[in-house]
Amino acid sequence: MMTLALQAVLIVPAVAVVLLAFVPNYKIGAALNVIASGLAFAAGVGLLFAPRIRTDVLIIDDFNIYLVALTTFVAFTTSIFSASYIGHELATKRLTPTFLRFYHALYQAMIGAMVVALVANNIGLLWVGVEVATLATVMMVGIYRTPEAVEAAWKYFILGSVGIALAFFGTILVYVVAQDALGEGLHAMRWDNMVANAARFDPRLLSLAFVFLLVGYGTKVGLAPFHAWLPDAHAEGPTPISAVLSGLLLNVALYALLRFKMVLAANTQSLDGGLIMIALGLVSLVFAAFMLYRRRDIKRLFAYSSIEHMGVITFAFGMGGPLANFAGLLHMTMHSLTKSAIFFAVGHIAQVKGTQRIADIRGLSVSHPALAAGLALGVIAIAGLPPFGVFTSEFMLVSSTFARQPVLAVCLVAGLLVAFGALILRLQNVTFGEPSGPAGRVKASYVPLFIHMAVVLAAGLWLPEPIVAWFRSVAALLG
Amino acid sequence: MTTTLAFDVGHLLAGGMLVLSFLLLYQDRILATLNVFALQAIVLAAAVAWQAHAQGAPHLYVTAAVALSVKGFIIPTALHRIVRRLGIHREIEQVIGAGPVMLLGLAIVALSIMLVLPRVEGVDPLAREDLAFALAVILLGLLMMITRRNAVTQIVGFMSLENGLILAATGAKGMPLVVEFSVAFSILIAFIVFGVFVFRIRERFDTVDVSALDRFRGERGDAV
Repeated sequence: MMTLALQAVLIVPAVAVVLLAFVPNYKIGAALNVIASGLAFAAGVGLLFAPRIRTDVLIIDDFNIYLVALTTFVAFTTSIFSASYIGHELATKRLTPTFLRFYHALYQAMIGAMVVALVANNIGLLWVGVEVATLATVMMVGIYRTPEAVEAAWKYFILGSVGIALAFFGTILVYVVAQDALGEGLHAMRWDNMVANAARFDPRLLSLAFVFLLVGYGTKVGLAPFHAWLPDAHAEGPTPISAVLSGLLLNVALYALLRFKMVLAANTQSLDGGLIMIALGLVSLVFAAFMLYRRRDIKRLFAYSSIEHMGVITFAFGMGGPLANFAGLLHMTMHSLTKSAIFFAVGHIAQVKGTQRIADIRGLSVSHPALAAGLALGVIAIAGLPPFGVFTSEFMLVSSTFARQPVLAVCLVAGLLVAFGALILRLQNVTFGEPSGPAGRVKASYVPLFIHMAVVLAAGLWLPEPIVAWFRSVAALLG
Repeated sequence: MTTTLAFDVGHLLAGGMLVLSFLLLYQDRILATLNVFALQAIVLAAAVAWQAHAQGAPHLYVTAAVALSVKGFIIPTALHRIVRRLGIHREIEQVIGAGPVMLLGLAIVALSIMLVLPRVEGVDPLAREDLAFALAVILLGLLMMITRRNAVTQIVGFMSLENGLILAATGAKGMPLVVEFSVAFSILIAFIVFGVFVFRIRERFDTVDVSALDRFRGERGDAV
């Protein structure tokens, strides 16, 4: 039995893909894209109040409804930003309508695939969702067809494919383990069956499977030794895609990993997935924090910042326990909203200045006060300063880590401070000082940017009781 | 039919795929690489068909047919054409020589057998060996992608990796058909995407050598 909201959130993007594939006109396509994303968001919100269900292929539980709502929300605001961004690119002839022919269809395909991955109860379907979303973004990263964009897309494609291939091998191994205990067929691929019966699984093979899943999905999350595709893909693709990559796709890949970690946690004899996640998370955080200092490209800078924050989130879930999981969930939400807001601002800034080089962007507070304010708010938030939500989650994580593993907490704090220094340093150059370069106006869409920042600010000041209770229950679910 | 026969033939075919993976590793002409890949896909089809027979799972014949037609014939033929059109049936350069690569390959096979076999004692023997072989084929495909600089041979490395995945998926008893279809489908998509890229790379650089792309690394040569 499927609920109306669930049907809508799955069907709307699918219909939109078909419709948009046949709409050659850019303006109509952009409008349809916004409408479809809006409808999907409405359905995503409806899902919050829908009954929890579990079928052979789909699952709706506390964990994924919040991610579906977040995903559809950011997809909706990004579609609004995308309309004005792409409009400007067309006006300045950086993109031609032929290049953009399937842009909106691909956008909806990506959103649909991510939602499928989020609501999948079948681990095969989960994999398909992540894979389709990846392929759709590969096509969009290469859209400018400059040598840099082609290289970025090629690299992303090769590394992404190897990642999802290894994840698929991990999925097969998990099925082999489950089939041994549950018998053959579809029900041995059901995630909820796996968690319920994990105690009967062979721990050794399950541990091996998790290593493959970790490397596979970890590549898509952008964790440190496997991150090479991420900065290129962010810097060379169109900015709306950078926003959804950072804000959504990384989260979805991490979500897939967490589902498997829950299976592993239910089997007491298997390897402790948390330990590897802690290690990978810390390495990503510290590595990315130092890399931030040498960035000269503004989109690359924030791409490394995404690696840093995915490291923080992976670390939090690796620590586990009610408080760290709570911090991880909150940080996932806050990072997703803040980083996409930053990319909205950066997109318009790069358009108005005609460059992504940080050295050539100066004095924005004089020439473009609204954009400068948006960027400054975003950077202050992402650097982890109060009163924004990112501070709340980082503070919770640091304090809970100090109580349990003081040494790890020192590494964590050091990484966060190094990253903080780099971001504030760069922000100063960009916002203050003598204005440089063109000072032209841009038809920017400020609404998505400031809505995101308002939500992040509100979350930092006051989290409503029902949301806290909800995060708590999900944190308990994650173990 | 005895179980030993089922096991031996399955073993032979999976082993054959592994040998072909080694052949792919040191093959230094593009056209020969494509031929070896086609052969590997045909052996894969035979291995999958044998699994279908041994497991009594008729739906696996579909997977075998897809592997045989798409990867055994259609894709190699298309790549042959592309290679000829691009005029690159010359030798392909490798990052490291054939000797070290073969040694690395051997180490990989040893690693995957040591990694998988002790962990799958409870599993059906037919699937057990298949998983170890499949992992070796996957990792050898990965090694091939790393050692090659040419876009076409990287594609072949990737597809050989996917061959290993299909071997593993069909070895896992009763794995639902949905997944096999999706894998076949994804290979097709992957091919299209790859094709698009090959053409774009060709358009821009007059070479399909991926190392030419490195010149355009975003931040290199961009002095402070």
